Amino acid sequence: MPVSERRRKRRGFLTPALWIPAGLALALLGLPLVALVVRAPWSQLPELLAQPTVVSALVLSLTTGLASTAISLVLGIPLALVLARSAEWRAVPRRLLRALVTVPLVLPPVVGGVALLLLLGRRGLLGQFLPFQLPFTTAAVVIAQVFVAMPFLVLAVEGALRASDRRFETAAATLGASRFTIFRRITLPLVAPGVAAGALLCFCRALGEFGATITFAGSFPGVTQTLPIATYLQLQTDPDAAIALSLVLMIISAVALISLRDRWVPGVTA
Amino acid sequence: MTRVLAVLVGAGLLAGCSAQPAQEQEDGTLSGTVTVFAAASLTDTFGAIADAFEREHPGVAVALNFGGSSALATQIVEGAPADVFAAASESTMTPVADAALVDGDPTVFVTNTLEIAVPAGNPAGVTGLSDFANPALSIAICAAEVPCGAASATVFDGAGIVPAPDTLEQDVKAVLTKVELGEVDAGLVYRTDVLAAGPEVDGIAFPEASTALGKYPIAQLAASTNQDAAAAFIAYVLSPAGKKVLDDAGFGTP
Repeated sequence: MPVSERRRKRRGFLTPALWIPAGLALALLGLPLVALVVRAPWSQLPELLAQPTVVSALVLSLTTGLASTAISLVLGIPLALVLARSAEWRAVPRRLLRALVTVPLVLPPVVGGVALLLLLGRRGLLGQFLPFQLPFTTAAVVIAQVFVAMPFLVLAVEGALRASDRRFETAAATLGASRFTIFRRITLPLVAPGVAAGALLCFCRALGEFGATITFAGSFPGVTQTLPIATYLQLQTDPDAAIALSLVLMIISAVALISLRDRWVPGVTA
Repeated sequence: MTRVLAVLVGAGLLAGCSAQPAQEQEDGTLSGTVTVFAAASLTDTFGAIADAFEREHPGVAVALNFGGSSALATQIVEGAPADVFAAASESTMTPVADAALVDGDPTVFVTNTLEIAVPAGNPAGVTGLSDFANPALSIAICAAEVPCGAASATVFDGAGIVPAPDTLEQDVKAVLTKVELGEVDAGLVYRTDVLAAGPEVDGIAFPEASTALGKYPIAQLAASTNQDAAAAFIAYVLSPAGKKVLDDAGFGTP
Protein backbone atom coordinates (compact mmCIF):
# COMPACT_ATOMS: atom_id res chain seq x y z
CA MET A 1 0.00 0.00 0.00
CA PRO A 2 2.61 2.65 0.99
CA VAL A 3 4.75 1.67 -2.03
CA SER A 4 1.95 2.12 -4.57
CA GLU A 5 0.92 5.33 -2.90
CA ARG A 6 4.42 6.75 -3.23
CA ARG A 7 4.54 5.72 -6.87
CA ARG A 8 1.21 7.33 -7.54
CA LYS A 9 2.45 10.54 -6.02
CA ARG A 10 5.54 10.55 -8.20
CA ARG A 11 3.90 9.66 -11.50
CA GLY A 12 0.34 10.75 -10.93
CA PHE A 13 -2.01 8.48 -12.84
CA LEU A 14 -0.14 8.72 -16.13
CA THR A 15 0.56 5.11 -16.96
CA PRO A 16 1.96 4.18 -20.39
CA ALA A 17 -1.55 2.99 -21.23
CA LEU A 18 -2.65 6.62 -21.08
CA TRP A 19 0.36 8.05 -22.90
CA ILE A 20 -0.47 6.09 -26.05
CA PRO A 21 -4.00 7.46 -26.63
CA ALA A 22 -2.81 10.88 -25.49
CA GLY A 23 -0.04 10.76 -28.08
CA LEU A 24 -2.50 9.69 -30.77
CA ALA A 25 -4.82 12.52 -29.80
CA LEU A 26 -1.96 14.99 -30.03
CA ALA A 27 -0.94 13.59 -33.43
CA LEU A 28 -4.49 13.89 -34.72
CA LEU A 29 -4.70 17.50 -33.57
CA GLY A 30 -1.18 18.55 -34.47
CA LEU A 31 -0.12 16.70 -37.61
CA PRO A 32 -2.65 18.33 -39.98
CA LEU A 33 -1.24 21.69 -38.89
CA VAL A 34 2.29 20.41 -39.45
CA ALA A 35 1.26 19.38 -42.98
CA LEU A 36 -0.12 22.86 -43.56
CA VAL A 37 3.14 24.43 -42.46
CA VAL A 38 5.22 22.01 -44.56
CA ARG A 39 3.16 22.60 -47.70
CA ALA A 40 3.05 26.38 -47.30
CA PRO A 41 4.51 28.35 -50.23
CA TRP A 42 7.00 30.16 -47.98
CA SER A 43 8.89 31.94 -50.79
CA GLN A 44 5.74 33.51 -52.26
CA LEU A 45 4.24 34.24 -48.87
CA PRO A 46 4.94 38.00 -48.67
CA GLU A 47 3.61 38.51 -52.20
CA LEU A 48 0.48 36.41 -51.56
CA LEU A 49 -0.28 38.18 -48.31
CA ALA A 50 0.14 41.66 -49.76
CA GLN A 51 -2.80 41.23 -52.14
CA PRO A 52 -5.47 43.88 -51.47
CA THR A 53 -8.24 41.28 -50.98
CA VAL A 54 -6.11 39.50 -48.38
CA VAL A 55 -5.28 42.70 -46.51
CA SER A 56 -8.91 43.83 -46.45
CA ALA A 57 -10.07 40.36 -45.33
CA LEU A 58 -7.47 40.36 -42.54
CA VAL A 59 -8.45 43.83 -41.33
CA LEU A 60 -12.15 42.89 -41.48
CA SER A 61 -11.56 39.64 -39.57
CA LEU A 62 -9.58 41.35 -36.82
CA THR A 63 -12.03 44.22 -36.35
CA THR A 64 -15.16 42.07 -36.43
CA GLY A 65 -13.49 39.47 -34.18
CA LEU A 66 -12.63 42.14 -31.61
CA ALA A 67 -16.10 43.71 -31.86
CA SER A 68 -17.87 40.39 -31.39
CA THR A 69 -15.60 39.53 -28.45
CA ALA A 70 -16.41 42.89 -26.83
CA ILE A 71 -20.14 42.34 -27.30
CA SER A 72 -19.81 38.79 -25.99
CA LEU A 73 -18.07 40.14 -22.86
CA VAL A 74 -20.78 42.73 -22.20
CA LEU A 75 -23.66 40.31 -22.78
CA GLY A 76 -21.98 37.01 -21.91
CA ILE A 77 -20.66 37.71 -18.40
CA PRO A 78 -24.14 38.57 -17.04
CA LEU A 79 -25.51 35.49 -18.79
CA ALA A 80 -22.77 33.40 -17.19
CA LEU A 81 -23.76 34.79 -13.78
CA VAL A 82 -27.39 33.82 -14.38
CA LEU A 83 -26.30 30.39 -15.60
CA ALA A 84 -24.07 29.83 -12.55
CA ARG A 85 -26.85 30.83 -10.16
CA SER A 86 -29.38 28.69 -12.04
CA ALA A 87 -28.13 25.74 -9.97
CA GLU A 88 -30.72 26.82 -7.41
CA TRP A 89 -33.57 26.76 -9.96
CA ARG A 90 -36.02 23.99 -10.78
CA ALA A 91 -34.79 21.35 -13.21
CA VAL A 92 -36.83 22.31 -16.28
CA PRO A 93 -35.93 26.01 -16.61
CA ARG A 94 -32.35 25.26 -15.54
CA ARG A 95 -31.86 22.63 -18.23
CA LEU A 96 -33.63 24.75 -20.82
CA LEU A 97 -31.32 27.67 -20.13
CA ARG A 98 -28.24 25.48 -20.34
CA ALA A 99 -29.43 23.93 -23.61
CA LEU A 100 -30.07 27.39 -25.11
CA VAL A 101 -26.52 28.46 -24.30
CA THR A 102 -24.97 25.23 -25.54
CA VAL A 103 -26.92 24.59 -28.76
CA PRO A 104 -25.00 27.15 -30.88
CA LEU A 105 -21.84 25.17 -30.00
CA VAL A 106 -23.13 21.96 -31.58
CA LEU A 107 -25.30 23.45 -34.33
CA PRO A 108 -23.66 23.36 -37.77
CA PRO A 109 -22.77 27.04 -38.31
CA VAL A 110 -24.55 27.09 -41.69
CA VAL A 111 -27.77 26.16 -39.89
CA GLY A 112 -27.08 28.97 -37.44
CA GLY A 113 -26.75 31.30 -40.41
CA VAL A 114 -30.08 30.19 -41.86
CA ALA A 115 -31.69 30.63 -38.42
CA LEU A 116 -30.31 34.17 -38.22
CA LEU A 117 -31.70 34.90 -41.71
CA LEU A 118 -35.11 33.58 -40.67
CA LEU A 119 -35.03 35.89 -37.65
CA LEU A 120 -33.27 39.01 -38.91
CA GLY A 121 -33.49 38.72 -42.71
CA ARG A 122 -35.68 40.92 -44.86
CA ARG A 123 -38.64 38.59 -44.39
CA GLY A 124 -37.52 37.38 -40.95
CA LEU A 125 -39.59 37.26 -37.76
CA LEU A 126 -38.01 40.49 -36.52
CA GLY A 127 -36.15 41.57 -39.65
CA GLN A 128 -39.35 42.50 -41.48
CA PHE A 129 -39.87 45.33 -38.98
CA LEU A 130 -36.34 46.73 -39.35
CA PRO A 131 -36.08 49.97 -41.35
CA PHE A 132 -32.89 48.67 -43.02
CA GLN A 133 -31.56 45.38 -44.40
CA LEU A 134 -29.17 43.72 -41.96
CA PRO A 135 -27.74 40.87 -44.09
CA PHE A 136 -24.78 41.78 -46.33
CA THR A 137 -23.53 44.34 -43.79
CA THR A 138 -20.49 44.20 -41.50
CA ALA A 139 -22.90 44.31 -38.56
CA ALA A 140 -24.32 41.00 -39.78
CA VAL A 141 -20.80 39.50 -39.68
CA VAL A 142 -20.49 40.55 -36.04
CA ILE A 143 -23.93 39.16 -35.14
CA ALA A 144 -23.08 35.81 -36.75
CA GLN A 145 -19.78 35.68 -34.86
CA VAL A 146 -21.41 36.55 -31.53
CA PHE A 147 -24.01 33.82 -32.11
CA VAL A 148 -21.35 31.20 -32.71
CA ALA A 149 -18.58 32.37 -30.36
CA MET A 150 -20.32 33.80 -27.27
CA PRO A 151 -21.19 30.36 -25.80
CA PHE A 152 -17.45 29.67 -25.43
CA LEU A 153 -17.11 32.75 -23.24
CA VAL A 154 -20.29 32.10 -21.28
CA LEU A 155 -19.34 28.51 -20.43
CA ALA A 156 -15.75 29.47 -19.49
CA VAL A 157 -16.92 32.26 -17.18
CA GLU A 158 -19.66 30.09 -15.71
CA GLY A 159 -17.10 27.39 -14.88
CA ALA A 160 -14.92 29.96 -13.13
CA LEU A 161 -17.92 31.32 -11.22
CA ARG A 162 -18.92 27.89 -9.98
CA ALA A 163 -15.37 27.22 -8.83
CA SER A 164 -15.02 30.59 -7.07
CA ASP A 165 -15.48 30.96 -3.33
CA ARG A 166 -18.80 32.67 -2.67
CA ARG A 167 -17.88 33.43 0.95
CA PHE A 168 -16.01 36.54 -0.22
CA GLU A 169 -19.25 37.86 -1.69
CA THR A 170 -21.13 37.05 1.49
CA ALA A 171 -18.46 38.78 3.58
CA ALA A 172 -18.63 41.89 1.38
CA ALA A 173 -22.42 41.90 1.71
CA THR A 174 -22.26 41.76 5.51
CA LEU A 175 -19.87 44.71 5.39
CA GLY A 176 -22.53 46.71 3.58
CA ALA A 177 -21.35 46.55 -0.05
CA SER A 178 -24.09 46.99 -2.66
CA ARG A 179 -24.82 44.19 -5.12
CA PHE A 180 -23.22 46.04 -8.00
CA THR A 181 -20.11 46.83 -5.90
CA ILE A 182 -19.85 43.15 -5.00
CA PHE A 183 -20.08 42.23 -8.69
CA ARG A 184 -17.49 44.82 -9.70
CA ARG A 185 -15.03 44.52 -6.79
CA ILE A 186 -15.34 40.89 -5.73
CA THR A 187 -17.02 38.60 -8.27
CA LEU A 188 -15.41 39.94 -11.43
CA PRO A 189 -11.80 40.01 -10.12
CA LEU A 190 -12.25 36.48 -8.75
CA VAL A 191 -13.21 35.11 -12.17
CA ALA A 192 -10.91 37.38 -14.21
CA PRO A 193 -8.72 34.48 -15.39
CA GLY A 194 -11.82 32.62 -16.56
CA VAL A 195 -13.08 35.74 -18.32
CA ALA A 196 -9.74 36.20 -20.08
CA ALA A 197 -9.56 32.58 -21.16
CA GLY A 198 -13.18 32.68 -22.34
CA ALA A 199 -12.68 35.95 -24.22
CA LEU A 200 -9.66 34.46 -25.96
CA LEU A 201 -11.49 31.31 -27.01
CA CYS A 202 -14.38 33.47 -28.13
CA PHE A 203 -12.07 35.69 -30.22
CA CYS A 204 -10.34 32.73 -31.84
CA ARG A 205 -13.66 31.07 -32.66
CA ALA A 206 -15.00 34.34 -34.11
CA LEU A 207 -11.83 34.69 -36.18
CA GLY A 208 -12.37 31.24 -37.71
CA GLU A 209 -16.12 31.67 -38.25
CA PHE A 210 -17.23 30.69 -41.76
CA GLY A 211 -20.59 28.98 -42.16
CA ALA A 212 -22.91 31.27 -40.23
CA THR A 213 -21.13 34.33 -41.60
CA ILE A 214 -21.34 33.44 -45.29
CA THR A 215 -24.95 32.32 -44.91
CA PHE A 216 -26.22 35.29 -42.91
CA ALA A 217 -23.87 38.09 -43.94
CA GLY A 218 -22.80 36.91 -47.38
CA SER A 219 -19.39 37.57 -48.86
CA PHE A 220 -18.27 40.89 -50.30
CA PRO A 221 -14.66 42.10 -50.21
CA GLY A 222 -14.11 44.74 -47.55
CA VAL A 223 -17.65 44.50 -46.18
CA THR A 224 -18.43 40.90 -45.24
CA GLN A 225 -15.64 38.78 -46.75
CA THR A 226 -13.65 37.66 -43.71
CA LEU A 227 -10.37 35.75 -43.83
CA PRO A 228 -11.93 32.24 -43.67
CA ILE A 229 -14.29 33.12 -46.53
CA ALA A 230 -11.44 34.58 -48.59
CA THR A 231 -9.48 31.39 -47.85
CA TYR A 232 -12.32 29.19 -49.07
CA LEU A 233 -12.69 31.19 -52.29
CA GLN A 234 -8.93 31.16 -52.92
CA LEU A 235 -8.96 27.38 -52.52
CA GLN A 236 -11.09 27.19 -55.68
CA THR A 237 -8.47 28.77 -57.92
CA ASP A 238 -5.21 29.13 -56.03
CA PRO A 239 -4.59 26.49 -53.35
CA ASP A 240 -1.19 28.02 -52.51
CA ALA A 241 -2.80 31.34 -51.65
CA ALA A 242 -5.40 29.50 -49.58
CA ILE A 243 -2.68 27.74 -47.61
CA ALA A 244 -0.96 31.08 -47.05
CA LEU A 245 -4.20 32.55 -45.71
CA SER A 246 -4.79 29.55 -43.46
CA LEU A 247 -1.31 30.09 -42.04
CA VAL A 248 -2.15 33.69 -41.17
CA LEU A 249 -5.30 32.56 -39.33
CA MET A 250 -3.38 29.83 -37.55
CA ILE A 251 -0.55 32.14 -36.51
CA ILE A 252 -2.91 34.82 -35.13
CA SER A 253 -4.80 32.22 -33.07
CA ALA A 254 -1.62 30.50 -31.90
CA VAL A 255 0.06 33.76 -30.88
CA ALA A 256 -3.05 34.86 -29.00
CA LEU A 257 -3.43 31.53 -27.20
CA ILE A 258 0.23 31.06 -26.33
CA SER A 259 0.94 34.62 -25.23
CA LEU A 260 -2.16 35.18 -23.13
CA ARG A 261 -3.29 31.89 -21.70
CA ASP A 262 -0.27 31.17 -19.54
CA ARG A 263 -0.31 34.61 -18.06
CA TRP A 264 -3.97 34.54 -17.19
CA VAL A 265 -4.89 31.06 -16.21
CA PRO A 266 -3.49 30.05 -12.82
CA GLY A 267 -2.07 26.58 -12.63
CA VAL A 268 -0.81 26.38 -16.19
CA THR A 269 2.09 28.79 -15.83
CA ALA A 270 5.29 27.05 -16.77
CA MET B 1 -29.43 12.88 -46.94
CA THR B 2 -31.84 10.84 -49.03
CA ARG B 3 -28.95 10.05 -51.31
CA VAL B 4 -26.84 8.77 -48.44
CA LEU B 5 -29.75 6.63 -47.34
CA ALA B 6 -30.20 5.38 -50.88
CA VAL B 7 -26.54 4.45 -51.06
CA LEU B 8 -26.77 2.66 -47.73
CA VAL B 9 -29.88 0.84 -48.85
CA GLY B 10 -28.14 0.04 -52.13
CA ALA B 11 -25.19 -1.35 -50.24
CA GLY B 12 -27.57 -3.42 -48.13
CA LEU B 13 -29.24 -4.80 -51.26
CA LEU B 14 -25.81 -5.55 -52.68
CA ALA B 15 -24.90 -7.48 -49.56
CA GLY B 16 -28.14 -9.41 -50.05
CA CYS B 17 -27.33 -10.07 -53.71
CA SER B 18 -23.89 -11.44 -53.00
CA ALA B 19 -25.52 -14.28 -51.10
CA GLN B 20 -27.36 -15.38 -54.26
CA PRO B 21 -26.26 -18.31 -56.47
CA ALA B 22 -23.03 -17.71 -58.39
CA GLN B 23 -24.62 -18.00 -61.87
CA GLU B 24 -25.54 -14.33 -61.74
CA GLN B 25 -21.87 -13.38 -61.55
CA GLU B 26 -20.63 -15.77 -64.22
CA ASP B 27 -22.25 -14.23 -67.30
CA GLY B 28 -20.00 -11.16 -67.16
CA THR B 29 -22.29 -9.01 -65.02
CA LEU B 30 -20.79 -6.11 -63.13
CA SER B 31 -20.31 -6.13 -59.41
CA GLY B 32 -18.87 -4.06 -56.61
CA THR B 33 -19.16 -0.38 -55.94
CA VAL B 34 -18.68 2.57 -58.29
CA THR B 35 -17.70 5.72 -56.47
CA VAL B 36 -18.80 8.80 -58.39
CA PHE B 37 -17.59 12.30 -57.47
CA ALA B 38 -20.00 14.74 -59.04
CA ALA B 39 -20.59 18.50 -59.07
CA ALA B 40 -23.22 19.67 -56.57
CA SER B 41 -25.44 20.83 -59.45
CA LEU B 42 -25.79 17.17 -60.51
CA THR B 43 -27.19 16.09 -57.13
CA ASP B 44 -30.75 15.35 -58.27
CA THR B 45 -30.01 14.03 -61.75
CA PHE B 46 -27.12 11.76 -60.80
CA GLY B 47 -29.19 10.48 -57.90
CA ALA B 48 -31.91 9.41 -60.34
CA ILE B 49 -29.37 8.07 -62.85
CA ALA B 50 -27.60 6.06 -60.14
CA ASP B 51 -30.90 4.52 -59.03
CA ALA B 52 -31.74 3.52 -62.62
CA PHE B 53 -28.21 2.21 -63.18
CA GLU B 54 -28.41 0.09 -60.03
CA ARG B 55 -31.74 -1.35 -61.20
CA GLU B 56 -30.14 -2.28 -64.53
CA HIS B 57 -27.05 -3.76 -62.85
CA PRO B 58 -28.28 -5.34 -59.62
CA GLY B 59 -24.75 -6.36 -58.66
CA VAL B 60 -23.43 -2.81 -58.59
CA ALA B 61 -23.84 -0.14 -55.93
CA VAL B 62 -23.21 3.49 -56.85
CA ALA B 63 -21.72 5.62 -54.09
CA LEU B 64 -22.22 9.30 -54.85
CA ASN B 65 -20.14 12.12 -53.41
CA PHE B 66 -21.41 15.58 -54.30
CA GLY B 67 -19.55 18.82 -53.72
CA GLY B 68 -18.10 21.89 -55.35
CA SER B 69 -16.19 20.77 -58.46
CA SER B 70 -12.96 22.44 -57.34
CA ALA B 71 -13.10 20.83 -53.91
CA LEU B 72 -13.79 17.43 -55.49
CA ALA B 73 -10.88 17.91 -57.90
CA THR B 74 -8.61 18.72 -54.95
CA GLN B 75 -9.81 15.61 -53.13
CA ILE B 76 -9.10 13.43 -56.18
CA VAL B 77 -5.64 14.93 -56.70
CA GLU B 78 -4.94 14.30 -53.01
CA GLY B 79 -5.80 10.64 -53.48
CA ALA B 80 -9.49 10.27 -52.68
CA PRO B 81 -10.69 6.87 -53.98
CA ALA B 82 -13.05 7.72 -56.84
CA ASP B 83 -13.91 5.82 -60.02
CA VAL B 84 -15.71 8.57 -61.94
CA PHE B 85 -15.50 12.36 -61.80
CA ALA B 86 -18.20 14.61 -63.27
CA ALA B 87 -17.26 18.29 -63.00
CA ALA B 88 -19.30 21.44 -63.60
CA SER B 89 -16.61 23.04 -65.74
CA GLU B 90 -13.73 22.03 -67.94
CA SER B 91 -11.33 24.14 -65.88
CA THR B 92 -12.05 22.16 -62.71
CA MET B 93 -11.34 18.92 -64.59
CA THR B 94 -7.97 20.28 -65.72
CA PRO B 95 -5.96 19.74 -62.49
CA VAL B 96 -7.15 16.11 -62.39
CA ALA B 97 -6.22 15.56 -66.04
CA ASP B 98 -2.90 17.38 -65.55
CA ALA B 99 -2.02 15.03 -62.71
CA ALA B 100 -2.49 12.14 -65.19
CA LEU B 101 -5.32 10.78 -63.07
CA VAL B 102 -7.83 10.54 -65.92
CA ASP B 103 -8.26 7.39 -67.98
CA GLY B 104 -8.71 8.52 -71.60
CA ASP B 105 -10.14 11.98 -72.32
CA PRO B 106 -12.95 13.67 -70.40
CA THR B 107 -16.22 13.81 -72.37
CA VAL B 108 -18.49 16.85 -72.23
CA PHE B 109 -21.90 15.29 -71.51
CA VAL B 110 -24.18 18.26 -70.81
CA THR B 111 -24.25 22.04 -70.94
CA ASN B 112 -25.94 24.45 -68.58
CA THR B 113 -27.03 28.04 -69.14
CA LEU B 114 -27.37 30.83 -66.62
CA GLU B 115 -30.79 32.11 -65.68
CA ILE B 116 -31.97 34.93 -63.44
CA ALA B 117 -33.58 33.61 -60.25
CA VAL B 118 -36.04 35.84 -58.43
CA PRO B 119 -38.25 35.18 -55.39
CA ALA B 120 -41.72 33.87 -56.37
CA GLY B 121 -43.80 36.63 -57.89
CA ASN B 122 -40.70 38.72 -58.68
CA PRO B 123 -41.42 41.42 -56.01
CA ALA B 124 -38.71 43.78 -57.31
CA GLY B 125 -39.91 43.57 -60.92
CA VAL B 126 -36.64 42.34 -62.36
CA THR B 127 -36.81 42.04 -66.15
CA GLY B 128 -33.32 41.32 -67.43
CA LEU B 129 -29.60 41.27 -66.91
CA SER B 130 -29.36 45.09 -66.83
CA ASP B 131 -31.20 45.09 -63.47
CA PHE B 132 -28.06 43.57 -61.94
CA ALA B 133 -26.37 46.97 -62.31
CA ASN B 134 -29.03 48.67 -60.18
CA PRO B 135 -27.46 49.40 -56.77
CA ALA B 136 -30.91 49.84 -55.20
CA LEU B 137 -31.64 46.14 -55.70
CA SER B 138 -30.30 43.42 -53.45
CA ILE B 139 -28.26 41.13 -55.70
CA ALA B 140 -26.41 37.85 -55.18
CA ILE B 141 -24.00 36.33 -57.69
CA CYS B 142 -21.30 33.67 -57.43
CA ALA B 143 -17.74 34.71 -56.59
CA ALA B 144 -15.46 34.88 -59.64
CA GLU B 145 -13.33 32.04 -58.23
CA VAL B 146 -16.07 29.39 -58.62
CA PRO B 147 -17.41 28.12 -61.99
CA CYS B 148 -20.81 29.84 -61.79
CA GLY B 149 -19.04 33.10 -60.96
CA ALA B 150 -16.69 32.75 -63.91
CA ALA B 151 -19.68 32.15 -66.20
CA SER B 152 -21.49 35.15 -64.69
CA ALA B 153 -18.45 37.36 -65.29
CA THR B 154 -18.33 36.25 -68.95
CA VAL B 155 -22.00 37.08 -69.40
CA PHE B 156 -21.66 40.52 -67.78
CA ASP B 157 -18.52 41.32 -69.78
CA GLY B 158 -20.20 40.27 -73.02
CA ALA B 159 -23.24 42.43 -72.28
CA GLY B 160 -21.15 45.40 -71.13
CA ILE B 161 -22.89 45.42 -67.73
CA VAL B 162 -21.08 46.16 -64.48
CA PRO B 163 -23.05 44.31 -61.79
CA ALA B 164 -23.62 45.79 -58.32
CA PRO B 165 -23.83 42.65 -56.16
CA ASP B 166 -24.40 42.73 -52.40
CA THR B 167 -22.76 39.37 -51.94
CA LEU B 168 -20.44 37.05 -53.87
CA GLU B 169 -21.45 33.55 -52.86
CA GLN B 170 -19.26 30.46 -52.66
CA ASP B 171 -21.54 28.32 -54.81
CA VAL B 172 -24.70 28.45 -56.84
CA LYS B 173 -26.86 26.81 -54.15
CA ALA B 174 -25.90 29.56 -51.71
CA VAL B 175 -27.15 32.15 -54.23
CA LEU B 176 -30.36 30.16 -54.57
CA THR B 177 -30.86 29.97 -50.79
CA LYS B 178 -30.71 33.77 -50.58
CA VAL B 179 -33.29 34.02 -53.38
CA GLU B 180 -35.55 31.39 -51.79
CA LEU B 181 -35.53 33.26 -48.49
CA GLY B 182 -36.33 36.51 -50.30
CA GLU B 183 -33.14 38.05 -48.97
CA VAL B 184 -32.10 39.21 -52.44
CA ASP B 185 -34.20 40.56 -55.30
CA ALA B 186 -32.31 38.58 -57.92
CA GLY B 187 -29.52 36.08 -58.26
CA LEU B 188 -27.69 34.59 -61.20
CA VAL B 189 -27.85 30.78 -61.16
CA TYR B 190 -28.13 27.92 -63.62
CA ARG B 191 -31.36 27.04 -65.37
CA THR B 192 -31.26 23.61 -63.71
CA ASP B 193 -31.13 25.23 -60.26
CA VAL B 194 -34.24 27.28 -60.99
CA LEU B 195 -36.11 24.16 -62.16
CA ALA B 196 -34.99 22.21 -59.08
CA ALA B 197 -35.81 24.99 -56.64
CA GLY B 198 -39.58 24.63 -56.73
CA PRO B 199 -42.29 27.22 -56.19
CA GLU B 200 -40.31 29.73 -54.08
CA VAL B 201 -38.18 30.70 -57.07
CA ASP B 202 -39.10 32.02 -60.52
CA GLY B 203 -36.67 31.94 -63.43
CA ILE B 204 -36.12 34.60 -66.07
CA ALA B 205 -34.22 33.52 -69.17
CA PHE B 206 -32.10 36.19 -70.86
CA PRO B 207 -30.54 36.25 -74.33
CA GLU B 208 -26.99 37.08 -73.16
CA ALA B 209 -26.79 33.69 -71.39
CA SER B 210 -25.72 31.99 -74.63
CA THR B 211 -22.30 33.67 -74.33
CA ALA B 212 -21.35 31.51 -71.35
CA LEU B 213 -22.47 27.97 -71.86
CA GLY B 214 -21.31 25.83 -68.93
CA LYS B 215 -19.74 22.57 -70.13
CA TYR B 216 -19.80 19.53 -67.84
CA PRO B 217 -17.06 16.95 -68.50
CA ILE B 218 -17.17 13.39 -67.15
CA ALA B 219 -14.14 11.13 -66.89
CA GLN B 220 -13.14 7.70 -65.73
CA LEU B 221 -10.28 7.89 -63.25
CA ALA B 222 -7.06 5.98 -63.80
CA ALA B 223 -6.88 4.86 -60.18
CA SER B 224 -10.34 3.26 -60.36
CA THR B 225 -10.47 -0.17 -58.79
CA ASN B 226 -13.64 -1.04 -60.69
CA GLN B 227 -12.87 0.00 -64.29
CA ASP B 228 -15.65 -2.02 -65.95
CA ALA B 229 -18.41 -0.69 -63.72
CA ALA B 230 -17.02 2.84 -63.99
CA ALA B 231 -17.08 2.64 -67.80
CA ALA B 232 -20.61 1.23 -67.68
CA PHE B 233 -21.78 4.08 -65.45
CA ILE B 234 -20.36 6.71 -67.82
CA ALA B 235 -21.94 4.87 -70.80
CA TYR B 236 -25.25 4.99 -68.95
CA VAL B 237 -24.96 8.75 -68.33
CA LEU B 238 -24.34 9.22 -72.09
CA SER B 239 -27.13 6.79 -73.10
CA PRO B 240 -30.62 8.00 -74.16
CA ALA B 241 -31.99 7.01 -70.74
CA GLY B 242 -29.37 9.11 -68.93
CA LYS B 243 -29.82 11.98 -71.40
CA LYS B 244 -33.54 12.07 -70.72
CA VAL B 245 -33.04 12.53 -66.98
CA LEU B 246 -30.57 15.35 -67.66
CA ASP B 247 -32.80 16.98 -70.31
CA ASP B 248 -35.80 16.94 -67.98
CA ALA B 249 -33.77 18.74 -65.33
CA GLY B 250 -32.96 21.57 -67.75
CA PHE B 251 -29.50 20.59 -68.95
CA GLY B 252 -28.63 21.16 -72.61
CA THR B 253 -27.04 18.78 -75.09
CA PRO B 254 -23.44 19.65 -76.00
